[in-house]
Amino acid sequence: MITTSGLTKVYRSRGREVTALDGVDLHVREGEVFGVIGQSGAGKSSLIRCVNLLERPTSGTVTVAGRDLTALAGRGPRAGRELRQARSRIGMVFQHFNLLSSRTVRDNVELPLEILGASGRERSRRALELLDLVGLADKAGAYPAQLSGGQKQRVGIARALAGDPKVLLSDEATSALDPETTRSILQLLRDLNRQLGLTVLLITHEMDVVKSICDSAALMEKGRIVESGTVSELLATPGSQLAAALFPVGGDATGEDRTVVDVTFHGEAATQPVISQLARTYNIDISILGAAIDTVGGLQVGRMRIELPGRYEDNVVPIGFLREQGLQIDVVDGGDHAADAPADRALLVKEGAK
Amino acid sequence: MSWSEMQPLLSQACWDTLYMVGWSTLIAVVAGLPLGVLLVLTDRGGLLQNVVANKVIGQLVNVARSMPFIILMVALMTFTRWVTGTTIGRDAAIVPLAIGAIPFFARLVETAVREVDGGLVEAVQSMGGNTWTIVRKVLVPESLPSLIAGTTTTIVALIGYSAMAGTVGAGGLGDIAIRYGYQRFETQLMWITVAILAVVISVIQFAGDFAARALHRRGGRGGPGPRLRLLKAEEPAAADVTRAAAPGDTAPGDAAPADVSKVA
Repeated sequence: MITTSGLTKVYRSRGREVTALDGVDLHVREGEVFGVIGQSGAGKSSLIRCVNLLERPTSGTVTVAGRDLTALAGRGPRAGRELRQARSRIGMVFQHFNLLSSRTVRDNVELPLEILGASGRERSRRALELLDLVGLADKAGAYPAQLSGGQKQRVGIARALAGDPKVLLSDEATSALDPETTRSILQLLRDLNRQLGLTVLLITHEMDVVKSICDSAALMEKGRIVESGTVSELLATPGSQLAAALFPVGGDATGEDRTVVDVTFHGEAATQPVISQLARTYNIDISILGAAIDTVGGLQVGRMRIELPGRYEDNVVPIGFLREQGLQIDVVDGGDHAADAPADRALLVKEGAK
Repeated sequence: MSWSEMQPLLSQACWDTLYMVGWSTLIAVVAGLPLGVLLVLTDRGGLLQNVVANKVIGQLVNVARSMPFIILMVALMTFTRWVTGTTIGRDAAIVPLAIGAIPFFARLVETAVREVDGGLVEAVQSMGGNTWTIVRKVLVPESLPSLIAGTTTTIVALIGYSAMAGTVGAGGLGDIAIRYGYQRFETQLMWITVAILAVVISVIQFAGDFAARALHRRGGRGGPGPRLRLLKAEEPAAADVTRAAAPGDTAPGDAAPADVSKVA
């Protein structure tokens, strides 16, 4: 539904160049909720703004619903008629809601319809219908300032849907909201995604957002997509930072001569008593450093961090046994990857906690 | 001078002042509004970015604004004659008054429009709105309270300018105060004129504040408009609490003091 290829954005100001996007290839399938996560300055905002060309990419193409928007854009900085038409088919929700304070809730929702040239009666019918959909039918006559943050974002969503879009872009839509409201807004987005078959591309710095509603996710760092895929693919990828951040388990090795292993269960493997089998088969003592079971992107996932006595070399056979059981095993101790990965995880988790 | 002598003089002067200020305000608003909006749009990073046009308009506005009104009036005589057919009288005074007020109001419009949150512009762009839609549905309505406050400021400034219109025989309250009060030592008449001017200005300021605040309250952002706060140095209203809920709002009144100090 949304495809970007080789998307690059370079900002020039006073002779300095900042590369916000560095060759981003993204593919969002129809009807899915796709989350792009990354720290501030990773280029998420530039990416989502490039999708409807609020920001002109320096190079690369953006295709939405089969139309190459970059080709519609023309050369000048102003948006031509065709691009504007294409934009009206892409809804967008913003972090700070961006509602017009001079208009009532209903008039705010009518605004895109005015731009599309709908008749007065059609506009008010559609606006009330949409407000009903987002659960704000009783607030039609209120001004945005009289609403709470969550209500404002609901209006923002209703407004984004007014043009009957197939694609919804969400630019940190829940970042200005408290956790409770965030959940209800995410639920709304999820419902809309299911009911209307809406394709949602959202950017966020909160892991919880990805965890609760995304079918697929991508991790951005320094203008590049470092990892991307469906949530289950990511969880099945050994050493995936995103998977580790989505589903963190804590605990450090208790001593020098230990091997720490992250075991991820999903699907069939989750029902097998593998740990006790392991202990019995190889007669080793296993300490559990941390464990959790959670639902990520609609999948039941369990993850456990266990500690085996001895160095990695001594534990090749037991680890092989775990792999044979169809579990995903990440050895945390030793090696280069382990040295930097926890730091990245810690950062991501910290971002998520904000 | 007895009251029966003063009364017709004063009522004629009041009428003259209102006539001149009314028309010139109307012209200033009609011409200054698009000019001010254009100043914002053509600026670097604006929707119609055009650095050359922006510099030219900006320079014109600056020159016209820094010109002392009395000199502007004399300098514009040829133009005035071309427009009204005469260089003396009320109608002739409207021309320099309006021309003096256009750049003044344009700058106030510029500051007001700049305060509109860029996110709103972006939102309308994302809906497929063009520049004209953005001006009509976002920039002007969203800055309306500030625009009204700016109009009030312009009217008050014009009343000040109109005192000099007496030099071209246009009459008005200022003219009475100078000719009778100063030149003929009619102190009493002068004080009456001053009192009338004070009342008129207060009424206009009050009406302007009221309208701006009513719009603000409708918008519910609470507290007086940005310009009002500067003019009256009020303490923040209690309704400011509601502002806290909208972190996206921009802080009011950054560039405004320069404009207002000219009036003061």
